[in-house]
Amino acid sequence: MKKTFTVLGVVAAAMLATSASAGTLEDVKKRGTLSCGVSTGLPGFSIQDEKGNWTGLDVDTCRAVAAAVLADANKVRFVPLTAKERFTALQSGEIDILSRNTTWTHTRDTSLGLNFAGVNYYDGQGFLVQKALGVKSALELDGASVCIQAGTTTELNLADYFREHGMKYSAVVFDTSDQTREGFEAARCDILTSDQSQLYAIRSKLGNPGSAMVLPEVISKEPLGPVVRQGDDAWFNIVKWTLNALINADEMGVTSANAKDMSMGTNPGIKRLLGTEGDAGAKLGLSADWAMNAVIQVGNYGEMFDRNVGPKTPLAISRGLNALWNKGGILYAPPVR
Amino acid sequence: MADPVKTQSKTAIWNDPTFRSIAFQVIAGVAIVWTFWALFDNTMTNMERRGITTGFAFLNETSGFGILMSLIEYDETHTYGRTFLVGLLNTLLISVLGIFAATILGFILGVARLSRNWLISKIAAVYVEILRNIPLLLQIFFWYIAVLQTLPHPRKSFNFADSFFLNARGFYVPGPVPESGFNIVLVLFFTAIIATVFIARWARKRQDLTGQQFPVFLTGFGLIIGVPVVIFFILGAPMSFDYPALKGFNFQGGITVIPELIALWLALSMYTAAFIGEIVRAGIQGVSHGQTEAAHALGIRHNPTLRLVIVPQAMRIIIPPLTSQYLNLAKNSSLATAIGYPDLVGVFMGTTLNQTGQALEIVAMTMAVYLVMSLLISAFMNWFNNRMALVER
Amino acid sequence: MRDFKALPDLAPPLVARGVIGWARENLFSTPLNSVMSLIVIYILYLTLVPIIDWVFVSSVFLGDDKTACEGITGACWAFIGNRLPIFAYGSYPAAEYWRLETCFVLLLFSFGPQFFEKFPYKLPLGIFSLTLFPVICYFLIAGGYFGLEHVETEKWGGLALTLMIAYVGIVAALPFGVVLALGRRSDMPVIRTFCIAFIELWRGVPLISVLFMSSVMLPLFLPDGMNFDKLLRALIGITMFQSAYMAEVIRGGLQAIPRGQYEAAKALGLSYWKSMSLIILPQALKLVIPGIVNTFIALFKDTTLVLIIGLLDILATVQAAITDPAWGAVATEGYVFAAACFWVFCFGMSRYSIKLEQKLHTGHKR
Repeated sequence: MKKTFTVLGVVAAAMLATSASAGTLEDVKKRGTLSCGVSTGLPGFSIQDEKGNWTGLDVDTCRAVAAAVLADANKVRFVPLTAKERFTALQSGEIDILSRNTTWTHTRDTSLGLNFAGVNYYDGQGFLVQKALGVKSALELDGASVCIQAGTTTELNLADYFREHGMKYSAVVFDTSDQTREGFEAARCDILTSDQSQLYAIRSKLGNPGSAMVLPEVISKEPLGPVVRQGDDAWFNIVKWTLNALINADEMGVTSANAKDMSMGTNPGIKRLLGTEGDAGAKLGLSADWAMNAVIQVGNYGEMFDRNVGPKTPLAISRGLNALWNKGGILYAPPVR
Repeated sequence: MADPVKTQSKTAIWNDPTFRSIAFQVIAGVAIVWTFWALFDNTMTNMERRGITTGFAFLNETSGFGILMSLIEYDETHTYGRTFLVGLLNTLLISVLGIFAATILGFILGVARLSRNWLISKIAAVYVEILRNIPLLLQIFFWYIAVLQTLPHPRKSFNFADSFFLNARGFYVPGPVPESGFNIVLVLFFTAIIATVFIARWARKRQDLTGQQFPVFLTGFGLIIGVPVVIFFILGAPMSFDYPALKGFNFQGGITVIPELIALWLALSMYTAAFIGEIVRAGIQGVSHGQTEAAHALGIRHNPTLRLVIVPQAMRIIIPPLTSQYLNLAKNSSLATAIGYPDLVGVFMGTTLNQTGQALEIVAMTMAVYLVMSLLISAFMNWFNNRMALVER
Repeated sequence: MRDFKALPDLAPPLVARGVIGWARENLFSTPLNSVMSLIVIYILYLTLVPIIDWVFVSSVFLGDDKTACEGITGACWAFIGNRLPIFAYGSYPAAEYWRLETCFVLLLFSFGPQFFEKFPYKLPLGIFSLTLFPVICYFLIAGGYFGLEHVETEKWGGLALTLMIAYVGIVAALPFGVVLALGRRSDMPVIRTFCIAFIELWRGVPLISVLFMSSVMLPLFLPDGMNFDKLLRALIGITMFQSAYMAEVIRGGLQAIPRGQYEAAKALGLSYWKSMSLIILPQALKLVIPGIVNTFIALFKDTTLVLIIGLLDILATVQAAITDPAWGAVATEGYVFAAACFWVFCFGMSRYSIKLEQKLHTGHKR
């Protein structure tokens, strides 16, 4: 008994002793790894292969931040989270950055104690239906059962959409994307709703992908992006500008293959970005070659997109909205100056 | 343990048991309070610095999401507070259903294990040994898959008399719609219950005094079931049924029992029944055989022996562990979230937590519900133990 | 006097002997019994035959992909065989499997002899398996020292992880349970109140809410920057939860010890700790061994809940594997396999407890 309380005392003392806080940047540097919250498995965004390696657009975003901060894109610890756990995990400090196809909304930005650092994928909510139902439009869905993932904005959008059109539905809620798909396959529901990018990913995993189709309607705006805790502006800036650097690199044509050469080139904008001119890195509290490391080790935004979700992948998603602003999309990053 | 006798010899103060006890308690108390204060302080600091909203104001905000199954009126325009109630009621529903089925199945199993028929007792034993050694979560997943895979698409539903339908979306039954006059039947029903209680008391008193018996069971049965049924038909059966019918994608109308509920119910009750079966067996075996022989020697026949001698004594052994199984079942119902049954943990500690982000308040409320439930059951058990404890001389 | 000698007993009639006699006695003793037996036999025939057919006859045991199982009506055990390394070791690097295997062998050698009656060195081996063994295994499995490659806990998984969680939980929950049980029966009101509150609190809430707290909320309660491994936090959660149950079981044992034992210990001048560790606890623990083993079994089964917080135990790896389109519909096979794994361990433990109970029954019955 005495020992127990001695131990308790020591623990309590340790708690008080270490309560002097440091910023996330210092924590990450001290620890040597970045904790990144990702999904439990969503092709193209964050998914683990049989050997335990993570790939995907959201995964690459984290790797780019790790490259910028720690100069090594592989120093990331990925924490798989369900949609329900993600905000609590970030709030509590379990993870340093949440990169889990999370929609930027007003409530989340204001009252959850979180900050969205930008958008790495512009998405919209859609519907996946069995072709056998013969449905051609979402407006024919009155009375349908809908499979849906718990704790997402899609749950709210769905309610709004059906209410707006005076239709009824019953929501069958699952914890993970895989369970949602299984419910859909077992005819537990008529339709499956999620972000469009996910619908294609889910369809590609169906036993018979040809049996289902994605309806044309897109019922919401879903800007997805990395999230950090509120109140740590230095860390917020790092994540925000790492993402911006990737997009700027795409716009300037800097790729993982040519970044070294381009940094020695003549374009002052590129040189500022890659750290051979100016002190952009130092202003973030990082080394001068922060963006260079990110681009070389992970690639620019375009490379990330093509590698994970682009036309040559099983998902076969075209850039669409996610093309650069000067190429018909809405992707626009502030300049590094 | 403090020594009541003050020792005469001059012991050093730190060797005095009373002093040591008090000093130790003070140190322990300070350590406990300090630890809790440190935790509380950390939490407050962390929440404030991270700008996390606190307080219970969110309970009055509009939820904006739908819930698959609700016992009370609910749609997305209701508040988060309402989602708490919906989840709570769903948890209570599955707990009550589970307790009901597990008790019946468990008693059957317990009796079957003591059966003189070799086959029956062995089957019961195999059932118990298999079910209680496999994790419940696994059984829930298994049943969910089994239920979903065997049930057909709504358009190919199993159809019973055009009023009951079974498919992958659930079991659809006609919903009763009371019409004017049905209230009379309800009033009669409840009056009859109260009357029966009084009759039973009176009958027991009379039996104590005079030894005359009164057929309480039959009278009660007649009053509670018979009279309301007769009146119901005299009034012209004032009840209609809302039959489910296939409209569009799904069956509409009537009452729907969702497959998640069916799977969870099957898993919970079959799992808990295995434990209850063992408790019942131990209880019956715990009553010494001499009791049966003594009753027979007194000329009491077999059935009254069971009812008046064996069962009351076995119940004394059975009920305490039985209540803790009930408590386990209620807590295990929180695994519902794994297959999407909208219970308290799934709806409130899941979706509501995610939409509002107020983890601390919500987790505290959820845990408090289970804690209250468990304290109530504990209190009942203590009361029961005191009432039933053998009065030894 | 004449010596009366009984004639040898006649053999029972044929209908009371052998298979027929046994069946008459046990299956067809009354008309009702006969009817029930026949019904049960018919039901068994209806259910067991397809099950046996599915498991053994129409099933496929060998193969490397889904083509091996095409067109069969039975189970596709080839899938289990194919994924066995993942089920056993999770995503632990394949080149390092020997480390897990060494630990398992070590466990067998230190714990296995406990099951045999007459093995020497049982006590030292037992102490080793409870103290030094977990430490050695931790360093062996986690690596990072002695030139071993470091393997993050995120990569631990499968049956190995399940066993690890269960083992650590069992080893840690027992001493905590003893301390709590003693505290609950202490004379000191502060200690007693604290222990009662602690026990009732943990017993009153569902394990998944405990795990949720420990997995995602705990850092909120701790000072900024202080954090420890997710697996460790889950372990602490499970241990606390089970030690509360353990405390109640042990309290039952403490209450069953006659007062005279406490008084005798005191009369001998033993201190509180001495009288507890030498007189009371050895008797009390012996009394409640079945209860303790039941708590262990419950703990073992409860380890599956860690999948809800994202740790990849055996059930989680099975679930991940059955959703893999590479193998088609193999959900039933996967779940049956996982169930069989758990069943073997839990059933083994319950048999062991029965044996132990009989052995320790040293005849203090009055």
